[in-house]
Amino acid sequence: MADIKVTVHKHDVVIVGAGGAGLRAALEASRVVNTAVISQVFPTRSHTVAAQGGVAASLSNVEPDDWVWHMFDTIKGSDYLGDQDAIEFMCRMAPEVVIELEHMGMPFSRLQDGKIFQRRFGGHTKDFGKEAICRTCAAADRTGHAMLHTLYEQCVKNQVVFYNEFFALELLMNEDHVVGVLAWDIANGGFHIFHAKATMFATGGYIRVYKTNSNAHINTGDGLSLSLRAGLPVEDLEFVQFHPTGIYGVGNLITEGVRGEGGYLLNKDGERFMKRYAPTVWDLASRDVVSRAMAEEMRQGRGCGPKGDYLLLKLDHIGADIIHERLPGIWELAYVFAHVDCTKEPIPVTPTAHYSMGGIPTNRYSEVVLGGMDKPEEPVKGFYAAGEAACASVHGANRLGSNSLLDIMVFGKVGGQKMAEFAQSLPEHVPLPENPGKKGIEEVKNLLNGTGGEMMGAIWDELKESMELNCGVFRTEETLTTQRTVLKKLCDRFKNVGIADKGLAFNLDLIETLELGHMLDFSKAIVEGALARQESRGAHYRDDYPQRDDEKWHKHTLAYMEEDGSIRLDYKPVRMKPLTVPTFEPKERVY
Amino acid sequence: MLKTVTFSVFRYDPEKDKKPYYKDYKVELRRPGMMVLDGLNQIRWEQDGTLAYRRSCREGVCGSDGLNINGVNMLACITHIEDLKDPIVVQPLPSMPVIKDLVVDFTDFYKKYYLVKPYLITKTPPPSDRERLQSPEDRKKLDGLYECILCACCSTSCPSFWADPDYLGPAALLKAWRFIADTRDEGADERLEIINDRDGAWRCHTILNCVEACPKQLNPTEAIAELKKTIIHRKF
Repeated sequence: MADIKVTVHKHDVVIVGAGGAGLRAALEASRVVNTAVISQVFPTRSHTVAAQGGVAASLSNVEPDDWVWHMFDTIKGSDYLGDQDAIEFMCRMAPEVVIELEHMGMPFSRLQDGKIFQRRFGGHTKDFGKEAICRTCAAADRTGHAMLHTLYEQCVKNQVVFYNEFFALELLMNEDHVVGVLAWDIANGGFHIFHAKATMFATGGYIRVYKTNSNAHINTGDGLSLSLRAGLPVEDLEFVQFHPTGIYGVGNLITEGVRGEGGYLLNKDGERFMKRYAPTVWDLASRDVVSRAMAEEMRQGRGCGPKGDYLLLKLDHIGADIIHERLPGIWELAYVFAHVDCTKEPIPVTPTAHYSMGGIPTNRYSEVVLGGMDKPEEPVKGFYAAGEAACASVHGANRLGSNSLLDIMVFGKVGGQKMAEFAQSLPEHVPLPENPGKKGIEEVKNLLNGTGGEMMGAIWDELKESMELNCGVFRTEETLTTQRTVLKKLCDRFKNVGIADKGLAFNLDLIETLELGHMLDFSKAIVEGALARQESRGAHYRDDYPQRDDEKWHKHTLAYMEEDGSIRLDYKPVRMKPLTVPTFEPKERVY
Repeated sequence: MLKTVTFSVFRYDPEKDKKPYYKDYKVELRRPGMMVLDGLNQIRWEQDGTLAYRRSCREGVCGSDGLNINGVNMLACITHIEDLKDPIVVQPLPSMPVIKDLVVDFTDFYKKYYLVKPYLITKTPPPSDRERLQSPEDRKKLDGLYECILCACCSTSCPSFWADPDYLGPAALLKAWRFIADTRDEGADERLEIINDRDGAWRCHTILNCVEACPKQLNPTEAIAELKKTIIHRKF
């Protein structure tokens, strides 16, 4: 094969990923410094577009609310693994970022008095857990779509520079300084080095590694593996959120907003079983609690259908008018994917892999940080992360619904500001290392020139099926040890993977195979973290260790990848000191 | 044995092929409700890794996989295989340059979207500490407009769009109306200036293909009619 051209671009700030976090950061940074966004897809095709229910903020538009209540709910929801400084920061800033979105033109639904519409959502309560509260700001059930398009529109207005359909291949470092990223031009082929003073990964989550999931094809956690390969850690990957209501058999999401508007779950006896698991808020408990309750109902033989492997989400009693006004997208999804008219009949649902709590460790400024049990956190120079790719950690062991759209706005915005400041503080770019992007370039050339016989599709099938089986809602030492062996075998097979397409133009075979490599890398970190953590906390539930163990496990997992591809675990303390209010000490979680 | 259907897929690799051709694949129906995208994935993952197409959300909100299927533009991810006549002919969206196989070049489509100033334009500063108010009735005017996913199914089904390379097309015009119809927007004049042109709203000849093609059940023709009405009212 002829040599493939390497083009070098220079920008002050480079953001990888054009979902909500990346675009919000770009809007901020581009006001001050030369900013470019690299995205695997055209920006409005990023996965933020699929978010449904809303974005949490204590606006008090429907009833009195307080950011401290929001903070408490988030900490409790996180099963006390969330970092309290970052959580306070996010909840206090929530009203501001939501109002900014409205000012940018986001088409929020409205209340009679013209203010932004707010609805109830799981885990969000008034007065420290007393009852559910209307805190989630929504644009019908298309909030993510409305948000992402609004942000992109603002980027168009502000003439932000985009490199669309570029796929990141390697994080470039010179000694301890991140200096940019190597990427592949998907449409035309060719390597591109983006040399930057500050680089952000807003590359999204890692849920595509599960067979039944609510995620887009592109959510393959690339940013995590690129960090691991650069010798940097990832945090808390074992915490994978299973959303209670994915459509049975296909996984497409039915928003928690359905339960927020009065919908509820039924088992095969027609019983509202959630009252037994969450006596105060029933179906509006946090997602880990509801998903586990559903899985438990099915384990005890109370699931629906011939196999007893789903439950029913009933919402017809809300009324067709409200469904069509506030939940039109849900009606469409249920109709298209489950052949159900949800104004008349319930939707068959099952817990579905949905969200990555873990990610690249950051502080509340979206700066990527290193640290340990006895080592204070210290930023990696020039490197930032935000959104689902990052772990600030505002979600800890379990994220509350509608806190992810909030997360991406807050930490996108702050990250963008911090990057701009940092870029301005550097008089010159830190030079590129010698042979920049050598590893990434070789990885692509090996696939394009290679003759390996393993097909990526077969390895990927086995990966996602085994992850679901062995590292799902319930885990044990046995299933996780099995999965460790499965991963080892799959990694060995992957060494011999071959692609059929050897061309440069829109080579999807190449991209999907690179993505599979990423998924194999970070899956090891999920499984090793889960195997080591001998307790149950939030979304990580060990059948063999059903209790939370604060004495031993009230700490964040850090995973590093060694040269040979194996995972080394380390830990760091939870940041328990908020910025202005007293610490919320760990308590038993009851909803 | 599982039932199979035939996918007859448009193929073109610019590095190898002098001209496009169609290749047939057998797709197994392994569960009820399989979508055309599931069929394409089955082909790519199990039979022919060289096939290229765009896809992402696989539920009809990201707008990546607009394709021409059995002669009609639609999203592959929300189109049931069982609803289609066998063989299923899968082609790229019409009238756009082909990059490879089912992947087309959207440059011209996006350029026209940028031309209509697709963002809220305001002159009055918003309140400093709260949202602008908008009544539910005023907000309702945006329903059927803001949901556009930029999939290009409408514009690439429009004969006027095919024939006139400068025509803005239904997607861009719908977007323009989404902002003009927004009570918070103050950019109507500058947008209408651009749209009041032979290649703007007036190029629409109410053929209605766009309405037929829109996978989100939006009505670009109606939006264009509103634009025309507004232009006339402003001018005279």
